[in-house]
Amino acid sequence: MRRLFTDTLVIAERNLVRLPRAPELLVAFTVQPIMFVLLFRYVFGGAIKTPGFSYADFLIPGIIVQNIAFGGFVTALGLNEDLHKGLIDRFRSLPMARAAVLAGRTLADVVTNGLSASILVITGLIIGFSFHTSVLEALAGGGLLLLFGYAFSWVFAFLGMLVSSAEAANSVGFIAVFPLTFISSAFVPVKSMPSVLRAFAEVNPFTITVDAMRSLWLGAPAGNDVWGAAVWALAIIVVFAPLAVARYRRAAGQ
Amino acid sequence: MPRASGDDAAAVSVRGLVKSYGDVKALVGVDLDVSHGTVLGLLGPNGAGKTTIIRILTTLLRPDAGSARVAGLDVVADAAKLRERIGLAGQYAAVDENLTGLENLTMVGRLYGESRARAKRRGHELLERFELLDAAKRPTKTYSGGMRRRLDLAAALVAKPPVLFLDEPTTGLDPRSRLQLWETIEGLVADGTTVLLTTQYLDEADRLASEIAVIDHGRVIAGGTPDELKDRVGGERLEIRLDEAARAQAAADALASMSDEPPGVDGDLVTVGVRRRGGAIVEAVRLLDDAGVGVEDIALRRPTLDDVFLSLTGHAAEAAEDEQAAA
Repeated sequence: MRRLFTDTLVIAERNLVRLPRAPELLVAFTVQPIMFVLLFRYVFGGAIKTPGFSYADFLIPGIIVQNIAFGGFVTALGLNEDLHKGLIDRFRSLPMARAAVLAGRTLADVVTNGLSASILVITGLIIGFSFHTSVLEALAGGGLLLLFGYAFSWVFAFLGMLVSSAEAANSVGFIAVFPLTFISSAFVPVKSMPSVLRAFAEVNPFTITVDAMRSLWLGAPAGNDVWGAAVWALAIIVVFAPLAVARYRRAAGQ
Repeated sequence: MPRASGDDAAAVSVRGLVKSYGDVKALVGVDLDVSHGTVLGLLGPNGAGKTTIIRILTTLLRPDAGSARVAGLDVVADAAKLRERIGLAGQYAAVDENLTGLENLTMVGRLYGESRARAKRRGHELLERFELLDAAKRPTKTYSGGMRRRLDLAAALVAKPPVLFLDEPTTGLDPRSRLQLWETIEGLVADGTTVLLTTQYLDEADRLASEIAVIDHGRVIAGGTPDELKDRVGGERLEIRLDEAARAQAAADALASMSDEPPGVDGDLVTVGVRRRGGAIVEAVRLLDDAGVGVEDIALRRPTLDDVFLSLTGHAAEAAEDEQAAA
């Protein structure tokens, strides 16, 4: 167990150290989300009615949840690359804890997700977003956000090992997750959607998580959203972590 | 119960190894032995089963049947313990491109359970030995192919393993890097390391291996020292290129007394297996002169491992490789 812990840290460190040397990844973590915030705030924002909130307040929790779900993309691309370049073979020939390869990857995502989310919050504060709740609630929101991002790291870990190439991982991830994030309350109030989409959006874990964030950061009425979001995140982990581990065993054992 | 490596006569011992991927039979019963401090070369075309053998012996893959012991440990039952005693350098240089040479080796050392400081010190030592110290702080994506291969080999040596597995260590390298890597491997063997290497290159097996096992279609089809294998194909042969192809049959008739087998004729080239090396060229020239056949070139040639491969498998190593690539 101690071995698993230290090996996980070694692998996580490996994935973080290499980050500044891959400029395209850094851009994905920083410039891209900022660009989206500015586009939504200033291009669409004026046309979207968000009763009870300014659009800046409404937008930031939504776009942060969307952004953090995609944080796991690095895991999908990275694992795919590791498999094809023989690094996984090297790891498996070492006397290390085998689970550490996946655990270290997803742990590194938590750090980059935290970084990425912080940049978005700061950008938000500059364009008019503000917290309307206590520090404790705001921090709880941050925690929920990281948990949600962690859950999606496992989804992407699974996807990354399922497909044959990094390009395929990219498009599958995009096609599978991107619409989910849009058919939700992330960018527009669900009430404005046609009834079929609306029915879907109301049960979409993205809606539930975004609404939970709005209640923790803006004081919006929460209902069961905070617990609902936590349960969704844990459920995703419970389903996708074993799937990813099984897939890892299969992919690596060939 | 695992036995200590000293008790075992062989560093690697494989009996009746079988492995299939679905319907594809990768190994159909492989037996191998590698003595301590020697090099066994697994020679064969792509898809022959060489890599599967390496993957089973390095615990990456479980065999369907048969047994294998490495450094006195069973590859299935003692897999976790065995990983501390082996080094693996793969077909593609398995290093992280975005880490520096030193970071790569330090990471591997820590994954062997060493402290950061000790892993780093060992990394330095290896970089120095492999003449990579100048590039220690550069991301490995800036390394040349030969440098990456050396780093990959260094990573396999972090824990000073008594048994080293090299899966096509020089595939894709330029001749100079190849030679460097060969010298490094020879140095390791001189220090007592046991090496099992796979290769498609006959000259590589010839140079490095003390014993060779020729693998084709998942089984060992021949084994022995390089010289034994060459002898099996036949002794030395004379290759005589004639002035005129039209005189080839006359030349073959004239030379028939030199060999137990009839000479081979291919255009203006006549080939004769000879019983004795000494005096063979002089005798051939005299016989041909008596028969009035003009000679352009004459040479005594030892069989190469190419000849061995061709005569054992009925196809050349390179051709079989293309077949596999197309499949």
